[in-house]
Amino acid sequence: MDVNDLQRKLFAQAKSIPPADTVPYAFEKRIMARVESAPPTDGWLLWGRALWRGAAACAAVSILLSVWAIWPSTNGEPATLESTVFAAAEQPSEVW
Amino acid sequence: MDQTESDADLIAAVLKGNTACFEPLVRKYSSRLFATARRYARRESEVEDIVQEVWTKAYSHLATFRGDAPFEHWLMRLAVRTCYDFLRKHQRNRETNITELTDPERDWLEHHVSGGELDPERASAAKQLVDRLLAQLSPSARLIITLLELEDRTVKEISEITGWSIPLVKVRAFRARAEMKKLLSRVARDKYL
Repeated sequence: MDVNDLQRKLFAQAKSIPPADTVPYAFEKRIMARVESAPPTDGWLLWGRALWRGAAACAAVSILLSVWAIWPSTNGEPATLESTVFAAAEQPSEVW
Repeated sequence: MDQTESDADLIAAVLKGNTACFEPLVRKYSSRLFATARRYARRESEVEDIVQEVWTKAYSHLATFRGDAPFEHWLMRLAVRTCYDFLRKHQRNRETNITELTDPERDWLEHHVSGGELDPERASAAKQLVDRLLAQLSPSARLIITLLELEDRTVKEISEITGWSIPLVKVRAFRARAEMKKLLSRVARDKYL
C-alpha cells in the first residue's frame, strides 16, 4: 500500500466537491442590523471613553476617601487617619 | 443605489457614513465566505457565526483597507484568519480518533488500497473521509492542508493570507502533510493490513 498515492487520490477526489456556498435567507439584513447597531470603531472615541471611565473611577475613590476622612468617629476618639498621620509629629521624643 | 457601483465606491461611501452601502458588499461576497467557513466548521450555526464575525470585523476595520489589492482578497484574508481563530478556540472539541468508518468510506479505501482508479461516484466518500481526517489535525495543520491541498493555493499565497513567513508556511506544511499521512496510514492499516 502506497500511502502517498492514497493521499494524493483522496485529495484529488475531495477537492472535486467544493463546499456549498448557499447563503441563509435574509442573511444580509441580519448583518446590516448588526452593523447599524454598532457604529465603526473610532480610536479617539475609544480612548476618550476609557479616559472618562478612568476619571469616573478616580472621582468615586476620592469621594469615598473624603467621606471616610471627614465622617466623625462614632466612639468620640479622633479620626484614625489624622491621628496616624500626626502621631510622629506630636510625640517626637517617643519616636527618637 | 446603482448596482454597477464598484467596491471602491461602496467602501468610500461607507467610510463617509453611508452604512447602507455596505449591504451590496455583503450580498456580493457572502456566498464565498460561506463556502470558506464550511471548510472549517461542520455545524451550520457555527458557519453562520463565523461569517457574521467576518462581516462585523470587515465593517469595523474598513478604514484599514488601503485599496491596493481587491477588496475580495482583503476579505478572504480576514475570513481565513477568523476561521483559524475558530479552530484554535474549538481545538479541545476536535475528534481524537476515527472510531468507525462508514460503508462508503470503507468502500473507497478498499477500492484504492487494492490499486483501483479514481471513480467519480466515490468522490463524496473521499470528501467525507478527508473531512474526518482534517478534524483530527491541529488548527495550523488543518488550515495549511485545506489551503494547500483542497484550495490549491501556493506557499506565497498562504503566507500572505495567514501572515506567516514563507519558511514557517513550508515547515508547517511539511509537518501537516506528515501528520495527515500518519492518520491515513493508521486508518488504512487498521482495516486492511
